[in-house]
Amino acid sequence: MSDEAREAVGDYKFGFHDPENATIRFDKGLSEQVVRDISELKNEPEWMTDLRVKAYHHFIQREMPDWGNCSELNNIDFDNVTYFLRSSDATENDWDDVPDDIKNTFDRLGIPEAEQKWLGGVTAQYESEAVYHSIREDLEDQGVLFLDMDSGLREHPELVKKFFGTVIPYGDNKFSALNTAVWSGGSFIYVPKGVHVEMPVQAYFRINAKNMGQFERTLIIADEGSSLHYVEGCTAPTYSTDSLHSAVVELIAMKGAKIRYSTIQNWSANVYNLVTKRGVAHENATVEWVDGNIGSKLTMKYPSVVLKGEGAHAEVISVAYAGAGQHQDAGAKVHHLAPNTTSSILSKSISKNGGRSSYRGMLQVTPKAHGCRSKVVCDALMLDSDSRSDTYPTMEVGNSTADLEHEASVSKVSGDQLFYLMSRGFSEEEAMGLIVNGFFEPFTRELPMEYAVELNKLLELEMEGSIG
Amino acid sequence: MSVTDEVLRVENLHVSVDDTPILNGMNLTINRGEIHVVMGRNGAGKSTLASVVMGHPDYEITSGSIFYMGTNIDEMTVFERARAGMFLSFQYPAVIPGVQVGTFLKKSVQSVHDEPLKGRAFRKELNAAMATLEMQKSVLSRYVNDGFSGGEKKRLEILQMLLLKPTLALLDETDSGLDIDALRIVAKGINSVAPQAGCLIITHYQRLLDHVQPHYVHVMIDGTIVRTGGPELALKLEEQGYDWLEEPQEVEA
Ligand SMILES: Nc1ncnc2c1ncn2[C@@H]1O[C@H](COP(=O)(O)OP(=O)(O)OP(=O)(O)O)[C@@H](O)[C@H]1O
Ligand SMILES: [Mg+2]
Repeated sequence: MSDEAREAVGDYKFGFHDPENATIRFDKGLSEQVVRDISELKNEPEWMTDLRVKAYHHFIQREMPDWGNCSELNNIDFDNVTYFLRSSDATENDWDDVPDDIKNTFDRLGIPEAEQKWLGGVTAQYESEAVYHSIREDLEDQGVLFLDMDSGLREHPELVKKFFGTVIPYGDNKFSALNTAVWSGGSFIYVPKGVHVEMPVQAYFRINAKNMGQFERTLIIADEGSSLHYVEGCTAPTYSTDSLHSAVVELIAMKGAKIRYSTIQNWSANVYNLVTKRGVAHENATVEWVDGNIGSKLTMKYPSVVLKGEGAHAEVISVAYAGAGQHQDAGAKVHHLAPNTTSSILSKSISKNGGRSSYRGMLQVTPKAHGCRSKVVCDALMLDSDSRSDTYPTMEVGNSTADLEHEASVSKVSGDQLFYLMSRGFSEEEAMGLIVNGFFEPFTRELPMEYAVELNKLLELEMEGSIG
Repeated sequence: MSVTDEVLRVENLHVSVDDTPILNGMNLTINRGEIHVVMGRNGAGKSTLASVVMGHPDYEITSGSIFYMGTNIDEMTVFERARAGMFLSFQYPAVIPGVQVGTFLKKSVQSVHDEPLKGRAFRKELNAAMATLEMQKSVLSRYVNDGFSGGEKKRLEILQMLLLKPTLALLDETDSGLDIDALRIVAKGINSVAPQAGCLIITHYQRLLDHVQPHYVHVMIDGTIVRTGGPELALKLEEQGYDWLEEPQEVEA
């Protein structure tokens, strides 16, 4: 960052531009010492160090999940992962090292070069930071806390301590244990009572893209009657030399609050993307996940909502796109713990060129939860006969008053559709692109405009060269 | 009529699907400005003719050829034919879920005319065409043919024809399922395109021909044209059906 830029943004809290923090990279592999070192380096309070260590021990003895794509999971070499990388390192990556196909995709998505570099973590972009900074000031005036997780812990230790790990305890699964042990980066957001926030989309993710580690940890608390729409991710491929990404995202919507968390992730094909996302909705609160998964070698991700208070509502809309050599194992989980809670799950997946997509869903209604309603719709579209799609829905219904609907469909692109579109001047690839975009439309229309446009373009690009 | 006015020539066309012959020696020439009507019983091969002219990959040409503007198009893909000015109004238009009509029309016109569209000019033209066809603007935000009534689908086909301005228009039962007003409106659309194009209208009913004046009426039986006449032939078919054509020599004599 230039001095001029630094001056403009003032005292910059993230620290990753601070020259003192330059290049700290741990050796590969994990041990209790590595975990302690991470914590010490960050100057964390003792309770966090202890939590990390406990989580580490749990991770070590916890079995790998015996469901999902276990054979692929067992290919992960935990000793060959770098568990801590100071963010400033990321800026030292050379844009020249980013593979050509990824650069091409940037170009063709119409993302200009300056931005490409920014997303690639090469250069700081003065403008975005300035924009970002002013947005932050705006939020601060309303009492909104919006920090990266490390700063959140430093500056608001009590609040973090109160909520961290309450939605997703380290013992939840092997990967939440791993994340708790080695987490770094991610976001911490607190929205005070009655405040309504629409997060700055592009500005934020561009900042955050740089700061994001492999094990980011996000905690969002929306206090009573407040609302937040948070957008994370990027349609451009996230190139990563490291192959394991394991994030944890915890959302807490207090009475009458509403949180919508939208993500599109497009990982490079070498990545294991194993993310735990869960939100708690208290009385009359709403938690919504809008979740798009493209790329990666294996994604296992099931955004969940715990409907804890009466009248709470959950909404999960997800899409997955599995190309050659990819397995998208995605879905949603909703737990109806309180009466008159409602949920709606829409899952759409596309598989192509031998890719595999699975829907894995869990719907639970506890005996106390009277008068619940839930609707689950999962649609799969297969673009060729080499590809695979399967569904694993689980229902545990302990209350007979529940009103539950489940619809599932698997379809193929029909010859009639292709002929029709081609007779209107579209090449076969363009026709496929249109059909695919149309299939994802119920998801795309939930996205901010610029994302929707980028996603559609990306899917059209994916269709190119795919027809034999 | 000069040679350059020839739009479509089908020569001794034999077509099979999965080794079942459907067209058995079709011959047909359509010149610019001409309206040809093809009638025939269900299953006679009328839609097959339209599909095969448009290049449908499922149909195999076992012998004969198709010429468009004097060129043999056997090797051209469907979209190349579309871009060259051929248009098919489908008997059963496909549903494309999630794709809005407005987006679809714009992209289609862009592909066929192969030039970036000026948004404003396009909207103006679209508005005019929709006004001609008495269509509601709200159609533009619906998904292509999704949940459309039979008549709505046909009207959308004609809207596409007006925007794409084809040189060859193949209209497969575009009049089926239309109410009386819609029939008149669709005919208006056809008449606006017809003078600059060659038109092939497939229909079961004479009533469209009250609004659209054909130059030739062909009768197709078992994949071949057995008789060609003027508009009076359509009237006769309406009255007498197809049976009399089965032993043409005797009846005619
Ligand atoms: N793709 C196909 N596969 C198998 N048979 C086909 C196919 N297309 C057409 N046929 C058969 O070829 C014959 C002619 O069909 P076509 O649709 O061309 O008839 P048509 O004259 O348009 O009839 P209609 O008036 O009912 O629309 C029919 O027997 C039909 O079943
Ligand atoms: Mg037909």
